[in-house]
Amino acid sequence: MGNLPKAFGQSVRRKEDPRLITGAGRYTDDQQLPQQAWAAFVRSPIAHANIGEVDTSAALEHPGVVGVLTGAEFAASGLNDLACGWMIHSRNGDPMRVGEHPALASQRVRYVGEPVAVVVADSRQAARAAAELVMVDYDELPVVSDVEAAAAPDAVVLHDAAPGNQCYDWEIGNRDAVRKALDEAAHVTEIRLINNRLVPNAMEPRAVNASYDASRDRYTLYVASQNPHGLRMTLAAVIGFGPEHKIRVISEDVGGGFGSKAFNYAEEVVCMWAAKRLGRPVKWTAERSESFLTDAHGRDHITTARLAMDANHRITALDVSTHANLGAYLSTFGSLVPTYVYATLLSGQYDIPNIYANVVTRYTNTTPVDAYRGAGRPEAGYVVERLVDVAARELGIDPAEFRRQNFIRTFPHATPVEMTYDSGDFQAHLDKALDMIDAAGFEARREASRAEGKLRGLGIGCYIEAAGIGPSARLGKLGSGAGLWESAEIRVNPTGSVEVLTGCHSHGQSHETTYAQLVADRFGISVDDVEILHGDTDVVQFGMGTYGSRSGPVGLSAIDMACDKIVAKAEKIAAHLLNVPADTVTFEDGEFASEATNERLGFAEVALNAYTAHHFPTTEIEPGLKETTFFDPPDFNFPAGTHVCEVEVDPATGVVRIARFVAVDDFGVIGNPMVVEGQVHGGLVQGIGQALLEQARYDDYGQLLSGSYMDYCMPRADDVPDFDVGFTETRSTTNPLGMKGCGEAGSIGSPPAVINAICDALGIRHIDMPATPEKVWRAVTSAA
Amino acid sequence: MEITVTVNGRSHRLDVSPNTLLVDILREQLRLTGTHVGCDTSQCGACTVHLNGDAVKSCTVLAGQADGASVVTIEGIGAVDDLHPMQAAFREHHALQCGFCTPGMIMAAIDLVEKSDHLDDAAVREGLEGNICRCTGYHNIVNAVLSVAEAKA
Amino acid sequence: MYPFNYHKPSSVDEAVSLFLDAEDPAYLSGGMTLIPTMKQRLAMPTDLVDLSGVQAMRGIERQDQKLVLGAFTRHAEVARSEVVAQAIPALAHLAGLIGDNQVRYRGTIGGSVANSDPAADYPAAVVALGAEVVTNKRTISSADYFQDLFETALEPGEMIVRIELPIPRRAAYRKFPNPASRYAVVGVMVAQFDNGVQVGVTGAGPCAFRASTLEAALAADLRPEALAGVDIPDAGFNADLHASAEYRAHLVGVMARRAVADLLAS
Repeated sequence: MGNLPKAFGQSVRRKEDPRLITGAGRYTDDQQLPQQAWAAFVRSPIAHANIGEVDTSAALEHPGVVGVLTGAEFAASGLNDLACGWMIHSRNGDPMRVGEHPALASQRVRYVGEPVAVVVADSRQAARAAAELVMVDYDELPVVSDVEAAAAPDAVVLHDAAPGNQCYDWEIGNRDAVRKALDEAAHVTEIRLINNRLVPNAMEPRAVNASYDASRDRYTLYVASQNPHGLRMTLAAVIGFGPEHKIRVISEDVGGGFGSKAFNYAEEVVCMWAAKRLGRPVKWTAERSESFLTDAHGRDHITTARLAMDANHRITALDVSTHANLGAYLSTFGSLVPTYVYATLLSGQYDIPNIYANVVTRYTNTTPVDAYRGAGRPEAGYVVERLVDVAARELGIDPAEFRRQNFIRTFPHATPVEMTYDSGDFQAHLDKALDMIDAAGFEARREASRAEGKLRGLGIGCYIEAAGIGPSARLGKLGSGAGLWESAEIRVNPTGSVEVLTGCHSHGQSHETTYAQLVADRFGISVDDVEILHGDTDVVQFGMGTYGSRSGPVGLSAIDMACDKIVAKAEKIAAHLLNVPADTVTFEDGEFASEATNERLGFAEVALNAYTAHHFPTTEIEPGLKETTFFDPPDFNFPAGTHVCEVEVDPATGVVRIARFVAVDDFGVIGNPMVVEGQVHGGLVQGIGQALLEQARYDDYGQLLSGSYMDYCMPRADDVPDFDVGFTETRSTTNPLGMKGCGEAGSIGSPPAVINAICDALGIRHIDMPATPEKVWRAVTSAA
Repeated sequence: MEITVTVNGRSHRLDVSPNTLLVDILREQLRLTGTHVGCDTSQCGACTVHLNGDAVKSCTVLAGQADGASVVTIEGIGAVDDLHPMQAAFREHHALQCGFCTPGMIMAAIDLVEKSDHLDDAAVREGLEGNICRCTGYHNIVNAVLSVAEAKA
Repeated sequence: MYPFNYHKPSSVDEAVSLFLDAEDPAYLSGGMTLIPTMKQRLAMPTDLVDLSGVQAMRGIERQDQKLVLGAFTRHAEVARSEVVAQAIPALAHLAGLIGDNQVRYRGTIGGSVANSDPAADYPAAVVALGAEVVTNKRTISSADYFQDLFETALEPGEMIVRIELPIPRRAAYRKFPNPASRYAVVGVMVAQFDNGVQVGVTGAGPCAFRASTLEAALAADLRPEALAGVDIPDAGFNADLHASAEYRAHLVGVMARRAVADLLAS
């Protein structure tokens, strides 16, 4: 007791791993329930059509089929549409225009893959085979598969509620001030960018296993979700499955999410409905081709931006116009992504006195678009970092130097777009990153490459992001339908071991380890004596799940504050045990002590006494040792960093090889460096994937051309380099631990770093992502 | 049809339809759910097992092709208190996050190390091109595999 | 997958007769293309004739100036074979570039050549080396074998038993892989024989072909520079998300130059 080394801040090996490396993880598809039935969805093969007759007779006769349910039956079920959780108002004050979005379509389909019926059968094979026998008449309509087509005056309208296919026309910042600054500028740099549409591709496909117990009038939903409580609330209050206590949502091991499993999807609703209707547990696991068609996609912006500078190369204004593709329907957070987590980050790391952004969103006949790792912030970071890079080159100054001249240097700093950065040292990570990549030696390496017929380039991406968004009241004003605090409950057992119940959800983020490290230190116990429980609404109190890099700064802060409460109560109990005044008791390194006595008590002794309740007046102090906290962060926190990429381009083929990659990030206080580095690595490869490889492409008929791993280019081990990751530290002031979110950073800084490097190598102004070999080869050819 | 297949040292006589895949036999009939399915085009490698000593994608092996074969899955290579060196290395190097691709990645990596004379960073990366991971960025996976290869050398 | 009947014959004759007796059969070799296609429900054979039990289709052997590969020889066996490494190292190299490790343990040369996927690697070697495709009925020269997209000279039920590859003096294979699928966007094998240079191209067109203009240039001057001015028209070339016909034509030149450089260095 009292002598354990501190765990928090150390690279403690993960508590999750033993089960996951031995094949003992429990993912949703691993669950097999008694009387298990399987669902297969009948999905529209057409991007836009009115639905005619749906003939289920042949399917119903297929052996093993339990039931076939159609959109028409769903429409009669009394269940409500899928909903978007964030209200955005257009600049004219109008609320966003929301089209109807039933979980099973009965009137009209608006994207390929949209479910129109479900077949439930005794086996997966039977369900799938019978689904092919459901005959649906489609009366085809014209198709719009990108925002520009959707904006055309004669474009077909997807939703009657949204003329011109426009959902909203939103703005932020001061347009007049920006116009004036642009007029008065010594130099203006303008760029047009496409932020390519991505498919999240968590390796575990989405999965659902829904059952209904009539004797208890209660649903149980196993689901691969990042946010089990939020999903339960939605299923209860929005969809209409009844009160929350009649629904249990369990998300045990979840195989990655990256945002895509934070939403309410049709399949969850339909499987619950079917389970009750048919009296069987109904399981559905997406095939990868279904994932491509139905997991909410990410990004898909077209942006024009202008940067104004004065004669001293100081940035005076930024003007941004973005057209964002929402897909066929508003997904759960679809309206938020291109607004309050995008345009609010357009100041980047720079002191820009005037910013204005206009965002117009439209519906198209494509898969709905929602939050994908970074969600809005990579889009903003890309705009800013491409723009400053081009500006520096136009002005003929070193891009690093141009950035330095314009960095924000004092904190807190209020930007013209809603955010107040609490802390940071942008110069520090830029300097460290350039040092780590040996920028000084770059020209020599460039020469060496040239001697071998290769083109080498260096690119910088200085990103900022807003993580752990809050406080809830402010988010409510901005349109959020929910609060974004986080909860923690700490249960100290009589023998001194501890269970921590968190409303966050771990699907790769290592909460079971990092959270335990903090709690172990707080109580002076071993990491092995702390169990982190999450992902089951029957076990854990209400919480908000994991996305937006919130689990450290928000979730762990809630745990830390609950620890405070535990210690406070334990100190009172210890005072009685030690027979000393309560205000003399201290707790440090697992020991309760007092200046009034030489006697000391261990954490476990006090825990036991809390439960025996023999030695303190229970009229004053309740027995037991269990505390709950709901932590609402007073503001966002602002992770920031510098990513530097060095590429070598083969001009003959256009192949880009990443020769070096350095990421230096300021995540404030770090709980487990090994885990945080891992988060950075993963984010970097998703960002590099966006920059070089990945793109969801539709044809003019709304067919997804890159709908499998044969055509959608997922980064493989041999596509990416080893990474050199470093940290700087400025504490966040918006949470008690001083932490900043680390989950998304890698995907934000890397795309501009890669593209800036390619442009540097080729001596060109711009190339759109993904910079595929053919695109690069064409750029080389036309630059020559 | 009836097939006999030895899985992790135990022989099973199974009645299956010909269109059953090895991965379905493992997951659904034998309830060995450590082997995962991550795609439907034989690309992702999450379902990798050893079939007669070679790493294969069990989503692309038919029941009939597995008849008479010996199969080793992630459950058959080590236990929590007796980890295979590759499992231990994955933990030590933080080579997994969500864990979904991990069983297949470990099975592919074991094969790679066993069958290769010399492995460096590039060779490991090339050798794992049949396995997709979306979480780790591969950096730590490569380090884990190299550590096992170096210990073998 | 749709249901099917499964057969596992032990001889060529048995395999062929099972095939001919079935309604809509398919031969199953390594299954690396066929099984995913069936899983996606894009193919629905009534019967699968699994060739893995046919011993006559196995084996790697050198016979004088020929390398003879049983049709059921898996890519990994070719990639690691000492015999192949001695006879045609470029072929071992090619086999080691197909798919990924797991695919190479299953896929076979016979399956690849029979399928004639325009982006498969082996066809480049078959045409560049002037191989002979030996079936249960006859011997087909590589010049006649590949006919069009997924179309070969094989008749219904006819099956490849072995492939006989003349051993060149030197050869080299260069591949530009599709970044997603890892098939060949373009693959070029250059082979030098006593009587000339032969160039086989895969990935670029509907099926593998000999690049006669490149061969002519190299016949005069076997150096990468000799290909500098050679025009490679892209008419009829494949185009997809990853590469236009024009880019493919360009890549044929680049891969050919690099293959020649490799050949000269070998």
